Amino acid sequence: MTTPELRIAADNAAKMAASTQVSAMKIRGMTVSYGEKPALFSVDADFASGAMTAIIGPNGAGKSTLLKAALGIVPRLSGEVSVFDRPLSVSRDRIAYVPQRASVDWDFPTRVFDVVLMGLYRQLGLLGRVKARHRQTALECLDRVGMADFADRQIGQLSGGQQQRVFLARSLAQGADLYLLDEPFAGVDAATEAAIIAVLKELKNQGKSVVAVHHDLATVTRYFDRVLLLNVNKVAEGPVASAFTSETISQTYGGRLASAQIDQLGLLVVP
Amino acid sequence: MSAEFVQLSLTPILIGTLAAIACALPGNFLILRKQALIGDAISHVVLPGIVVAFLLTGTIAAVPMLIGAGAAAVVAVLLIEAIKRLGRIDPGAAMGVVFTALFAGGVLLLEQSDTSGVHLDVEHALMGSLESLIWLDATGWSSLTDPTALAHLPPELARIAVVAAAVIVLTWLFWRPLELTTFDEGFARTIGLPVTAIGFGLVVVAAVAAVAAFDAVGSIIVIAMFICPPAAARLMTDRLTVQVWWSVAFASLSAILGYILAGYGPLWIGLNDAVSAAGMVATVSGVILMLAALFGPRRSRVGEGKGGA
Amino acid sequence: MTELWQALTLQAGYNASLVALGAGLLGLSAGAAGSFMVLRKRALVSDAMAHSTLPGVGIAFLIMVSFGGEGRNLAGLLIGSAVTATLGLYLVDWISRRTRLAEDAAIGAVLSVFFGFGVVLLTVIQTMSAGRQAGLESFLLGSTAGMLFSDAVTIAGGGAIALAVIWLLRRPMTLVAFDAGFAQASGVNVRQTDLAMMALVMGVTVIGLKFVGLILIVALLIIPAVTARFWTNRAEALLWIAAGVGGASGYIGAAVSASAPDLPTGPIIVLIAAAIFVFSMFFAPLRGVLYAVIRHQRFQERVHLRQGLLAMARSEPIHDKMTLRLLLRAGYIRADGVATKAGAAQAAKAARDERRWTTARQVHHDSAQTGRYDGLTPIESVFTPDEIALFDEHLAGAPRS
Repeated sequence: MTTPELRIAADNAAKMAASTQVSAMKIRGMTVSYGEKPALFSVDADFASGAMTAIIGPNGAGKSTLLKAALGIVPRLSGEVSVFDRPLSVSRDRIAYVPQRASVDWDFPTRVFDVVLMGLYRQLGLLGRVKARHRQTALECLDRVGMADFADRQIGQLSGGQQQRVFLARSLAQGADLYLLDEPFAGVDAATEAAIIAVLKELKNQGKSVVAVHHDLATVTRYFDRVLLLNVNKVAEGPVASAFTSETISQTYGGRLASAQIDQLGLLVVP
Repeated sequence: MSAEFVQLSLTPILIGTLAAIACALPGNFLILRKQALIGDAISHVVLPGIVVAFLLTGTIAAVPMLIGAGAAAVVAVLLIEAIKRLGRIDPGAAMGVVFTALFAGGVLLLEQSDTSGVHLDVEHALMGSLESLIWLDATGWSSLTDPTALAHLPPELARIAVVAAAVIVLTWLFWRPLELTTFDEGFARTIGLPVTAIGFGLVVVAAVAAVAAFDAVGSIIVIAMFICPPAAARLMTDRLTVQVWWSVAFASLSAILGYILAGYGPLWIGLNDAVSAAGMVATVSGVILMLAALFGPRRSRVGEGKGGA
Repeated sequence: MTELWQALTLQAGYNASLVALGAGLLGLSAGAAGSFMVLRKRALVSDAMAHSTLPGVGIAFLIMVSFGGEGRNLAGLLIGSAVTATLGLYLVDWISRRTRLAEDAAIGAVLSVFFGFGVVLLTVIQTMSAGRQAGLESFLLGSTAGMLFSDAVTIAGGGAIALAVIWLLRRPMTLVAFDAGFAQASGVNVRQTDLAMMALVMGVTVIGLKFVGLILIVALLIIPAVTARFWTNRAEALLWIAAGVGGASGYIGAAVSASAPDLPTGPIIVLIAAAIFVFSMFFAPLRGVLYAVIRHQRFQERVHLRQGLLAMARSEPIHDKMTLRLLLRAGYIRADGVATKAGAAQAAKAARDERRWTTARQVHHDSAQTGRYDGLTPIESVFTPDEIALFDEHLAGAPRS
């Protein structure tokens, strides 16, 4: 029994909310090339704020490259990136990046705890002393990923799944608003996968944004609420329900693979 | 005996130890970054640097030589980087091209120019003359408090002391970014660290250390000290801080033991003359590395990923 | 200048001619042998090996003298150097396999320690009466001055043998150097081939000691191979180009060195090789810097033009200055930014081809072909007109959501 005026006010508020809804990260016309074959071609993408987005596509589709180029780890040939509607350089403190596990030398002489402290670098600066509260933060982050007992271990002694959790703990220590994860579930055990997804969902519930490169089609609908389907160019993007369909999957992966796998996914097949 | 020791051995040992430490500190990070051979490349291009400095200034005064050598090291590093990127050549080969070509140029210049009147030759550059850095004015330990005697300390001592102190301070100051960029370059970039500049800074510091050490002890020790003490230290521990302390200890031990063995060793086995101190220091550091490789508590690889094989 | 000409045409005396020929042969075999090392990305292993020869020279001298022989016997010194070089090589391998240290650290450690120990031995020899005129220092930088006829014959012979071995083993070695896994699968014994390569490099190093010296011999192994890489992508061509560069550097270098005093052979040879390298790096058509820059420029223009057309098709505003300039130059837009007829047609085609590619992935079963999408490859160059017609049918029949 709402009055017309109230309804109009509510509509306006909704419109306002929609128009001020910032995307966590916005990419426009991004092309990246190793040598003379583009790995990504003219990709536009909007990663919604407060959502969990999966970047999906076959091997060599440019999924990891998308994250690395957006963050300036590899150079872009063209294109623009903004984070929370501002340039990347301004928004650095709001981003946490979790690289692929294999991208570092796990034989490096350092402990689990020290790796997590690296997440506090922007707070500590060049010479800031590590105080009790920093230690507290680092330990809490380790605890959130279930690794508090391993704080004093040398990082090389960890299993693959444990290494991934340490990387996640480091990103938690950064206290960011946007979490970018490169293949967080690659080569990890089931317990780690569950632990990581629990942490990511917790982040989402706190209003943070999560973007993960993902390659297990079977878990997309369970884990994520949005997808970006990528194969050098963008194939589709949006909420899982509308963008992750048999048609977009076959457009991304190719016909043959899709027909075999889509049945397992139990997706609504678009007629 | 003690007077003779202070006069003939104290200053060379001090200079050797400081040089060894100044090189070993950046060496720790170079080894972890798989850039150990940058030290090798730098020490080769020091020769063309000092020859050019000599040809330009006509003197063998220390300061122009040091500047020339430092400039050559920076030029070499830039050339290696340029060839690597522009020519898409793997780093080892790019280094090999640059340092051999520059070294060859240095030797040619040296042969072509008239350096007969000055003490400037290839062998000296390679082997140094640690033995000649004696403290003639010393009469015993009491000279350490005697201002007139102190005024006549070899100038190399002051130079290497300043450089060693600078290297120590810089390592301490930039510890955190160095550790972070060495361990995880991609992550370091995302938090806004100037990764490329830090990498270049490390190489420049290594070059300065190499040049100052080279002035005193020759290029063999320089290469050996960049690599052997940190490499041995790497096999002792899994903590970077502890590793750096071990490397300092190994560097000092190599310098002291090497000098003593070179000076007194031959006498013990009945030979008359001392052997090359620089060569002996390098040899001792190699023995230490060998022992660490055989018995070091952390000698095996543990991690997987990029470094594993 | 006449001296140089005489030397180049082998008219500067019997010994000088032999030296020039020997250096040429050495350069040929070093260039070829080095290309295996460079392709295997182990260029600087040869540097460790070269520096490890020094203690061997010293030990061989001491042994020959202690048996009352002539310490300066070249063959004896070379055998000694080969022994310690082998030991150094073995240690590099052992350290990088058995400890956590990487190969570069192992190389640097072996290189500096063996060299340091060699210097200790040299100072021991200098203090011995028999060693006063040993002249072992010439092994550091090489010297052809005062070279005996028999030395020149030893070196020329060694160079010829090395070249013959390379000729015999070129097939398995190029296979292993380019793709060890494939070589293994096609029945080549990778380990043995690697050992043969190392032995070859060792032989070249030892032979080269007298000419170029142990500090610079590595240049003759690396520079020709890296130079050749600019000119070709094919393994066997690389081998012979490298051999050619090495041979030319050795021959010309030795001749130049013989033509005037104060021109030390080793450095001259290395500098000539370096000059050829610099020229190739800039001007080689295949991978040279100049052409690479031009190609990259063109590539970037293609990317921007294509992106511009796609943006036009979606009627999005274009802000990128380079894109605007390229569209204008191609006649696709007018100066005021409005699309021309040709521009509109091209934009429509670009957009249609993008849709065709997406459909192709969906309906075409050969992912090797659909995988060739990169935004730039024209669809007509990958699929037949029949196939494209099929895609168009799909596009017309199943409108996209």
